[in-house]
Amino acid sequence: MTGLKNFVEKAGLPRLIIGSFFVVLIIVALALGLNPQFLFSDIIRRWMMYSILVLAMVPGVQCGIGLNFGISLGVVSGLLGAVIAMEVSFVNGWFYHFGAGAAWLTLLLALAISIVVSALVGAAYGMLLNRVKGSEMTVSTYVGFSSIALMNIVWIMLRFKNGQLKWPIGSGLRNTASLQESFGGLLSDPAVYQAPRSITVYEGISDIGSVSVQQPKSLGFLAIDVNNSGFVIPLGLILVFALCCLIVWLFFRSKAGIALSAAGENELFTLSNGINVDRMRIFGTSISTVLGAIGIIMYAQTYGFLQLYNAPLMMGFTAVASVLLGGATVTRAKIYNVIIGTLLFQGILTVALPVANELVNVSALPEVTRMIISNGIILYALSKTRGGNQR
Amino acid sequence: MNKKIANTVTNPHNNFSERIKTLLFDNKVMIVFAFLCFGAFMVSGMQLEAVVGEVFTRIARNGFTVLSLLIPVFAGMGLNFGIVIGAIAAQISVFAVVYWRFTGLGGMMLAVLLATPMALLFGYLVGKLFNKMKGAEMIAGLIMGYFADGLYQLLFLVLIGGVIPATDPRYIIDGGMGVKNAIDLTGSLKYSIDRVRIIDLALGLLILVAVITVVKLILHLQKRRRIKTKDLIIFAIAVIFYALTYVPAIEKHLFADRINLVVALPLFLLFVIARNVLAIYKNSKKPEPNFNRSRNIFFIALSIVAYILSYVPSLESLVMSIDLPVLPYVLITGLCAFNNGLLNTRLGQNMRTVGQSQTVAAASGINVDRTRVIAMMLSTVLACWGQLIYLQNIGTFSTYGAHLQIGQFAVAALLVGGASVSKATNKQALIGVTLFHLLFIIAPQAGNQLFGDAQVGEYFRVFVSYGVIALSLAMHAWQRKKPLEEISAD
Amino acid sequence: METEYLLSMNDISKEYFGNQVLKNVNLQVKAGEIHALMGENGAGKSTLMNVLFGMPVIHNTGGFEGQVQLDGKDIAIADPHDAMNYGIGMVHQEFMLIPDFTVTENIKVGRETGRPSLVPVLDKVFGKDLDHMLWDEMAADSRRSLDSIGMMNIEEYAKVAGMPIGYQQFVEIAREIDKTGIKLLVFDEPTAVLTESEADRLLEIMRLISSRGIAIIFITHRLDEVMQVADSMTILRDGEFVARKEVAETNLVEIAQLMIGRQVDKLVDDSEHDPRKLSDDKIALELVNYYVNMPGEKVINMNVKIREGEIFGFGGLAGQGKIGIHNGIQGLFETRGDVLIHGEKLDLSKRGEALRKDIAFVSEDRRGVGLLLGESIERNIIFSAMQVKNEFLKHGLLDRKASLKHTREMIELLDIRTTGPQQTAGSLSGGNQQKVCLARALTLKPNILIVAEPTRGIDIGAKKLVLEYLTKLNREQGTTIIVISSELVELRSICDRIAIVAKGAIAAILDPEAPDADYGLAMSGLKREDVGA
Repeated sequence: MTGLKNFVEKAGLPRLIIGSFFVVLIIVALALGLNPQFLFSDIIRRWMMYSILVLAMVPGVQCGIGLNFGISLGVVSGLLGAVIAMEVSFVNGWFYHFGAGAAWLTLLLALAISIVVSALVGAAYGMLLNRVKGSEMTVSTYVGFSSIALMNIVWIMLRFKNGQLKWPIGSGLRNTASLQESFGGLLSDPAVYQAPRSITVYEGISDIGSVSVQQPKSLGFLAIDVNNSGFVIPLGLILVFALCCLIVWLFFRSKAGIALSAAGENELFTLSNGINVDRMRIFGTSISTVLGAIGIIMYAQTYGFLQLYNAPLMMGFTAVASVLLGGATVTRAKIYNVIIGTLLFQGILTVALPVANELVNVSALPEVTRMIISNGIILYALSKTRGGNQR
Repeated sequence: MNKKIANTVTNPHNNFSERIKTLLFDNKVMIVFAFLCFGAFMVSGMQLEAVVGEVFTRIARNGFTVLSLLIPVFAGMGLNFGIVIGAIAAQISVFAVVYWRFTGLGGMMLAVLLATPMALLFGYLVGKLFNKMKGAEMIAGLIMGYFADGLYQLLFLVLIGGVIPATDPRYIIDGGMGVKNAIDLTGSLKYSIDRVRIIDLALGLLILVAVITVVKLILHLQKRRRIKTKDLIIFAIAVIFYALTYVPAIEKHLFADRINLVVALPLFLLFVIARNVLAIYKNSKKPEPNFNRSRNIFFIALSIVAYILSYVPSLESLVMSIDLPVLPYVLITGLCAFNNGLLNTRLGQNMRTVGQSQTVAAASGINVDRTRVIAMMLSTVLACWGQLIYLQNIGTFSTYGAHLQIGQFAVAALLVGGASVSKATNKQALIGVTLFHLLFIIAPQAGNQLFGDAQVGEYFRVFVSYGVIALSLAMHAWQRKKPLEEISAD
Repeated sequence: METEYLLSMNDISKEYFGNQVLKNVNLQVKAGEIHALMGENGAGKSTLMNVLFGMPVIHNTGGFEGQVQLDGKDIAIADPHDAMNYGIGMVHQEFMLIPDFTVTENIKVGRETGRPSLVPVLDKVFGKDLDHMLWDEMAADSRRSLDSIGMMNIEEYAKVAGMPIGYQQFVEIAREIDKTGIKLLVFDEPTAVLTESEADRLLEIMRLISSRGIAIIFITHRLDEVMQVADSMTILRDGEFVARKEVAETNLVEIAQLMIGRQVDKLVDDSEHDPRKLSDDKIALELVNYYVNMPGEKVINMNVKIREGEIFGFGGLAGQGKIGIHNGIQGLFETRGDVLIHGEKLDLSKRGEALRKDIAFVSEDRRGVGLLLGESIERNIIFSAMQVKNEFLKHGLLDRKASLKHTREMIELLDIRTTGPQQTAGSLSGGNQQKVCLARALTLKPNILIVAEPTRGIDIGAKKLVLEYLTKLNREQGTTIIVISSELVELRSICDRIAIVAKGAIAAILDPEAPDADYGLAMSGLKREDVGA
């Protein structure tokens, strides 16, 4: 009996409740006759596509800045990198010159730009957070919001030429940009390796109109459709996530990582060992922001669309809720918290939609459920760890 | 040793340039904003009359809500992002009232009756939650707001029509479940407060005074409390006042529901002058060290100058073109008086003490938790009423969005006026509403002129509203931080 | 002849979870008398006052034994509010003042004078909440209270922020006086934060107050002040009542003796041959005009030389500065002056420089500064060596094998009671936590080891072990050991020399065998010569 009690305590009540809810939903879904291949495919896909964004929470929590609601800074850096990469690839006719490889080049360029931008932005953000110790969460929330609002102005003012990015009439970038003609689905969509895509060519490069591009079948292992059943394993995406996890794990076993973790756990202890706590915090914030940028790019390539403007507004909250759900606290977060939390959170949302559609005809139910669950979890976590705790 | 008590002597009466510098620094956000508005106005090419008229309308619409944010600041709970919850209470009752086909002032009063207990309950719950999260009230309020929004959407999108029977096609989405996106309040509650005539107000005032006097009379007869001559005199004045309204010459003015600025402005300036004169007089009888006489004189002079300016022809026509809806402004004035009056009571003083130091308050026998909960309940109810005023003026009830924006914009407006997480006054709230909405009106046009796209202006004003909050939060936390007595890095 | 006491606390005993902090303590105070309550840190003074004030910390941990009598009648004090109703007030060490409020507001906080609101029924519904505040009346009251303690020049309308500390304390006092029916006022170390002249002013005010018939309990360690102003005193030692004396019937030396005197058990066997040769020419650590700005433990112009291979002790009362010494060397607070390690100046502006020069620290705040409570014992033990000397790393990553091996060695060496190297530090007992801190310091293989409060919160058996180990380390490895402790007994049992720190500087460097009175006087900042004894 005590073994069970220990398990409950260790796992935490909210996690068990939500976990059970998730299992119940799946059973209901299968009972309703929903296609299990598509269902589980979707769960895995959504799980992996959010995972890096949630992973971004870990360095932030560990270095002591609490839950990084300001991950939006990383997200907009990532969007900026993607958008610039797409424009560069379009204007220089990469698909025209390099064929299928251009998609990979664009992806790599997007990542490169985003990482550089987000590292710098993250460092500046970290310096700000060092000046507002004790109020990081409130300040980060509003800095995040402000950055999205600022980027709205940037998006509307950018005069890009890529037809996927810009409004057909008028100027500025559109709300949702399709990645079909760029790097969409490279790591997660089997269709990319099975059928060719038609890519528009910039008239400044050639007046051919469009080229047909097909990714080599040899790379098909990156997105496997098991026995053509509809059950897809997005191996590419999983590998990228695994790689990020590995890097983060290795980092936290290095001298710097151990110092950073200590900085977030006990500032005085760390100072007395000759470590510059403030610098550790800047470092942690920067890594968090970079992961946010990488995360949004992975998210976008899986989703197939880049969502600009106000779409990323609530991503911070989703990421925070996911990692808390996975068992993290305001001061400590581990990689397995990310894995479990994202699975539970995204899993429920994925299954809830079709179930809701079958049972009641309300398409907005998942969104509402998301709001209630995610904010409810954050409130619960805050009330547990707060209660008089003030740095 | 208590480090909070600084050992530096502050002497604001040093010299003129010092004082100007501190004045500018303390109000930097407001000054920057004013410049921004001025610049944007010049660029936008809009007509002054249209802009000013619109500003007064927006003050009437939003002023009450912004003023409701003051009480949590006094009580040390920072910026109440949870006023969203008060707005939700208002919206639920407005929907009910409109659905049940009630209209006009009666309908509005029903809405108040329904919403107030809800708001009190919500405020109580929020207060209890805040007590669990001392030190993190703002982020808690923020998240609470989103959480409540989720529940609200559940109610309006799923439960109403789905579980709770409702079929009126004017309000329910085709398909039977969920409330429509936007509900038109024309014909039902639109302008129900705005349209209240002065004469109705006078009657209302009379009834109020009469009721109070009667109660005092009853208590007197029950020998529980002596009625004073002062009470009877007040009653007599109220009666005479009301009788006067029957005089034809005055009567025809009072049937209006608007007051022209030409009348309201001198009244307001007179009020300002009177207040400052009174302050100087009281101080001459009993001098206080904190008193700054030149400040009062400055305001008197400013009022006189403003009055004279109002006779300049171009300004005069501007003033004459603006009609203020009476009741909303009366309510705003009332709330200002309430905020001040509250501070003069034991409850208000306790709130201030709790807001300054919970330790000292607790050690002095004040029930800290209870005081904070009361503060939240008051604020939520006031925010609820503020949302009612907002909705009846704007005329369309944006079911799923109205309450969220309110939180954002009200807080931003307060901050623009120069308030901070730890200090806010009536004056700052009103100045903030004015400036904030001024920018709101001008920005799209300015954006259009500058960039050829009104959207830029719109995005800019949203950026400003978030940015001003981020800035204020950062500045507040910045100042609060004491540099750790440590050596800087290698 | 029965003298009528105003307050009589009889046979007060209190234990916290098996730990006896007060044992049959008596305290009697007459009306209008100034009675000093004296003793070292940990003697039980604060606990006794907590009992008097009915503080929750007493009631929530099993209450106390004994009787409290006021004016001859037994009373039960349930909470601080009760104490106030009985006429007992306290001027705290940490002021309970609100800086942005005026003097009047502070004096009247929580007890504001009000009149029921003009709107009739409201007071029935809301009680006293909506009472209108009568600031004029309150200002007049405050004026009276201020005047009664001679503070005519403090304006009741002025804000407290910006007032000199001394004045703020007077406002605290005025607040207590203003409470109707105040019979007894407790002053908790009031002169600790005051300048000389402010302290003199305070003592005058105390005389004024007592002349009005209000009794005063004056908690202090400053013997000279006691002789100056008190009528009588009670001395506590280790939770026990030592003596009650009339000031007129005693002298400084006797008081000092009573405060300190106890059996010193030599915890370490000294009969073995001491192989060390300590010399004044080989100085391990020297402080020159050393200042540390640590709030509450300031070091002011300290000069001392510590010889290589020596076990040197720093003793003294809390708040006198001994804790600031090593915190300054660690770089946690602003310092001035020079710290010389083997003759070379230590660059204190470089974080962690002391660690790099082979000096290791064991902090007095083991939970707050000494440990990562959420991490394993292993992580804690190897942390400093890893960060400072790049040990236990392989290709930049943690070398698990090496770190586990070392941790196991340490666990055995120091006899740390644990389920294994992975147990979280936070779940260990106090004594074992201390050993982990020590292990971490030792992993650095230091040349100089500075240990603060080495046996605080550790049981007798473990205490002996730790002290023995330190001595062994010193004798066998030649490590210079500096011990900072508030327990004179342990200092006198292992140290070669002991410096007593008072008012931020060294009052005296004494031999462990020196008479108790010397120690007592030094702790009070006095020398025998000053006292004419």
